[in-house]
Amino acid sequence: MEDILYFLQQVINGLTIGSTYALIAIGYTMVYGIIGMINFAHGEIYMIGTYVTFIVIAALGMLGIANPFFLMAAALLVAVLVSCAYGFAVERVAYRPVRGSKRLIALISAIGMSIFLQNYMRLAQGSRDMAISSLIPGGWEFGLESFAVNLSYMQVIIFSVTLVCMLLLSSFISRSRLGRACRACSQDAGMARLLGINTDMIISMTFVIGAALAAVAGLLLGMYYGVVNPYIGFLAGLKAFTAAVLGGIGSIPGAMLGGLLLGVAEALTGGYLSTEYKDVVAFGLLILILLFRPSGILGKPEVEKI
Amino acid sequence: MPKLAKQTLNTAGTSPAETIPPQPSYRRPWWSALAAAVLTLVLGGSVLGVQLESTGITTTVRLMGMDTWGWLLAAALAVFLHQLVRPQIEEWRARTRKPSRFSVPDVMSGQKRQLWIMLAIGALLIFPFLSNRSAVDLATLTLIYIMLGLGLNVVVGLAGLLDLGYVGFYAVGAYTYALLNSYLGFSFWEALPIAGLMTALFGYLLGFPVLRLRGDYLAIVTLGFGEIIRILLNNWTELTGGPNGIARIPKPTLFNLEFSRRADEGNIAFHEFFGIDYDPALKVIYLYLLALILVLITLFVIYRLLRMPIGRAWEALREDDIACRSLGMNPTGIKLSAFTIGASFAGFAGAFFAARQGFISPESFTFIESAIILAIVVLGGMGSQLGVILAAIAMTLLPELAREFNEYRMLLFGLMMVLMMVWRPQGLVPLKRPQMELDRG
Repeated sequence: MEDILYFLQQVINGLTIGSTYALIAIGYTMVYGIIGMINFAHGEIYMIGTYVTFIVIAALGMLGIANPFFLMAAALLVAVLVSCAYGFAVERVAYRPVRGSKRLIALISAIGMSIFLQNYMRLAQGSRDMAISSLIPGGWEFGLESFAVNLSYMQVIIFSVTLVCMLLLSSFISRSRLGRACRACSQDAGMARLLGINTDMIISMTFVIGAALAAVAGLLLGMYYGVVNPYIGFLAGLKAFTAAVLGGIGSIPGAMLGGLLLGVAEALTGGYLSTEYKDVVAFGLLILILLFRPSGILGKPEVEKI
Repeated sequence: MPKLAKQTLNTAGTSPAETIPPQPSYRRPWWSALAAAVLTLVLGGSVLGVQLESTGITTTVRLMGMDTWGWLLAAALAVFLHQLVRPQIEEWRARTRKPSRFSVPDVMSGQKRQLWIMLAIGALLIFPFLSNRSAVDLATLTLIYIMLGLGLNVVVGLAGLLDLGYVGFYAVGAYTYALLNSYLGFSFWEALPIAGLMTALFGYLLGFPVLRLRGDYLAIVTLGFGEIIRILLNNWTELTGGPNGIARIPKPTLFNLEFSRRADEGNIAFHEFFGIDYDPALKVIYLYLLALILVLITLFVIYRLLRMPIGRAWEALREDDIACRSLGMNPTGIKLSAFTIGASFAGFAGAFFAARQGFISPESFTFIESAIILAIVVLGGMGSQLGVILAAIAMTLLPELAREFNEYRMLLFGLMMVLMMVWRPQGLVPLKRPQMELDRG
């Protein structure tokens, strides 16, 4: 019985982390779906979102505001706005000018942007860990006396916010005019432009949406862990990318599924094998997927046309 | 969420970016300039204008002083003005651009070229005897980076495969020598070829599954590989010593003559053999000369490879994958050869690095190292050997010349990669071939 509860606890923890991976992964997958490139700087946007969250919470805390839900809402608003600005600017500066050139060039530009943002943040905010105390402590416990499964309020908030974001995004993509334009661009950008869709605007919008979701993930994970430093974006970005590939890059539901699966896989490794090798699992998994099913779980195989 | 399963941002049929070149539109320069200025303020103000501070157990926010905000305002103003005049600048540049040109680069005649190369090698050979010890040491470090740059250049510049985990191979080479030495007592010269083979094997095993896929995946998988290697080295404490690393790695010998004050058992020290006084500088000079020889061999091998069918195939594949396949070439095999050969150079460099340092730990093999090597290749001009050499020299000398530069080094490297790709993707010293260029549009 205890074994089952222990397993359950790992799954809960895994789903918590996994749902934030899914939020970040959507940014990768949408950008890849439209312009076919990996936005390496996406993890850094998530990191910036976390920093802004911390700044807002600390600043409001200094003003004496203590209502956790107001703090969270304010942080969410500012973090999303700033991250969107960064997402937009990154696309303008680093990606748009190289859009017409070869893949390798766009990739190097993206990796350069990622290194730049990470070090920019390090110089601006220092490389030390910054911590905030938990805004919403506590949770539910259930199970046996010898081992109780812990489900914290924060975890519930992470699940529900993620779910709301996913629902909003999917209804935006499937119902709205802009969402339709977005899907049109991902199917055939040249044709979409001929039909009067402003593809540049749609591409910008994709980056902005991705950045907004990354900021939400940054807020949630920042409040969950309570720690931030300029280097968190690198690993989070890599894992979210793994999640996107796992689910099938280019597919939004795939990114969600991939994120959850990766989170659970990681938590189980951490719970049963060793925490040190948690990160190795993500990369090992990535290599295995690419080996056996490069199109991911929900993706379609790519057809190259000349 | 069954509903979600329907929509897929489908990539099938979307050929890459080429189909959508960005279109400039300057309908309302005032508005776009104002928007850009506000954006600059938001970007800068949110991060640079306020700073998190931890005081005791609480975290507070400090509003930066007038000077920081002054700079931010100045930056916003500069962006505003630049955006206002940008249409004019671009129009002017479009007008002054030369329509089309035929260029034959001045390829030096064989004899003259050989003379120059001989002179350069001669100067490099004499250099350590005329210079002081720290300069020679720095030069050795530069030579290691040149070797790494040349190796990565085969993968990135020639074959067009973005390898972000190159430092992983470097680590494999270094640890191969260190482990062989500390467990089995191998000497540097015995371990060097094994280190090369070992990294080649790693390159092969990693490249084999991944190279069949599109280039983007390779970048991220190699990035993951570099991290895996580092995590493994850090955590496999029984074998690698974990974060403490491996110490007391012996320096290379010259035909079993050691360059230390007192030789180990069974060996003879260099100065005793020749009956001269012990001079610690000799060791540094020997390491320098060794690095120089390794670099020259690397240069020669790559130079020859480039003129062999396999080298031509690398470049052809980089230029057009589909055309190559339709000519009956095997892209996976060709890419794999570039990847493996590039990796083995990192292995040699790694073994030499371990021997020179005498101590290695996973700290030396972080992603930053990969980024620096990539920056060397990008700055030098992808595919160009001379460019890579010059870039490696610049990259290692600059931090030494300006200490305060070190703080901003990675920031500038990142910025440089972006700007180079935007403005001059072929690098500062691009690979020159007789060619005809026709400017379209």
